[in-house]
Amino acid sequence: MKAAVVTFPGSNGDFDLREAVQWVGGEAHIVWHRERGGLKNYDAVLLPGGFSYGDYLRAGAIASLSPIMEDVVAFAKAGGPVLGICNGFQTLCEARLLPGALIRNEQLRFEGRDIRVRVERNDTVFTTDYRQAQVLAIPIAHGEGNYEADKATLERLEGDGRVVFRYVDARGEPTEESNPNGAWHNIAGIINEAGNVLGMMPHPERAMEQILGSTDGAALFTSLVSSLVESA
Amino acid sequence: MSRYHLEIRVKPRPGLLDPQGKAIHGALRSLGWPEVDEVRVGKAIYVDLDAASERDALDKATAMCRKLLANPVTEDFEVALAGARP
Repeated sequence: MKAAVVTFPGSNGDFDLREAVQWVGGEAHIVWHRERGGLKNYDAVLLPGGFSYGDYLRAGAIASLSPIMEDVVAFAKAGGPVLGICNGFQTLCEARLLPGALIRNEQLRFEGRDIRVRVERNDTVFTTDYRQAQVLAIPIAHGEGNYEADKATLERLEGDGRVVFRYVDARGEPTEESNPNGAWHNIAGIINEAGNVLGMMPHPERAMEQILGSTDGAALFTSLVSSLVESA
Repeated sequence: MSRYHLEIRVKPRPGLLDPQGKAIHGALRSLGWPEVDEVRVGKAIYVDLDAASERDALDKATAMCRKLLANPVTEDFEVALAGARP
């Protein structure tokens, strides 16, 4: 399994993401955003966290029009797995690969801390190694993670079961207090209709080792790597 | 071709939560303006460009809004000719 980690100017989670894939036995390479055709021969595309283009205009907006994004869109349309974390999620929304938008956190504060999310779907290529409804301890680090969409989109997301991660409290309940940014329905991560494009605000690549506080992010990468090894 | 100065206003869509507007609203009220009913924060973008006509300049700005400057999920936009560069 070979993953491409796309680096934009201002990305800062790219090396952690590459490390996370390698940690679970996959192969990962950094690909610069200007490399057209650079995604050939890759099995998965990962968009990292960070502050691409300084978050100018809107988080992820300028990155979503980077040269490589046409290749990312083509890769996604062909069914290839695409994962966007934090700024990567914002970029996927701006590129319309995922519906909705991530706006300023409700309380206007940047939130960098450990939170909990519940796995709402363990039947995606990204989550098979989790238990259904498993509660994960995982860090967030964002100022614009407040997921918004129009009512019809939200109803469709919920109706089709496309919410993959939801902010919850210690008992696994999606309460207001456990919502770090005001996101609709405590949404922390969603998947596209075809089930191959996942966007999430929390950082699984920062929860790989006990020494860093949690290993709950690792199963996402083992899920992805094993699903691609099986399909290869 | 003539040089045109455009003012593009990008505004949060009605009904959408605007956390910045809410915070500023609270600040204005506590500073002694309890009559303030609502505050919404948008942005103004000033673009200078060469175009064949006013219409052409406005059309180009509208295309820029659709492609990059506004997010249709959360924002509305207006384009207008501005007198001069701010």
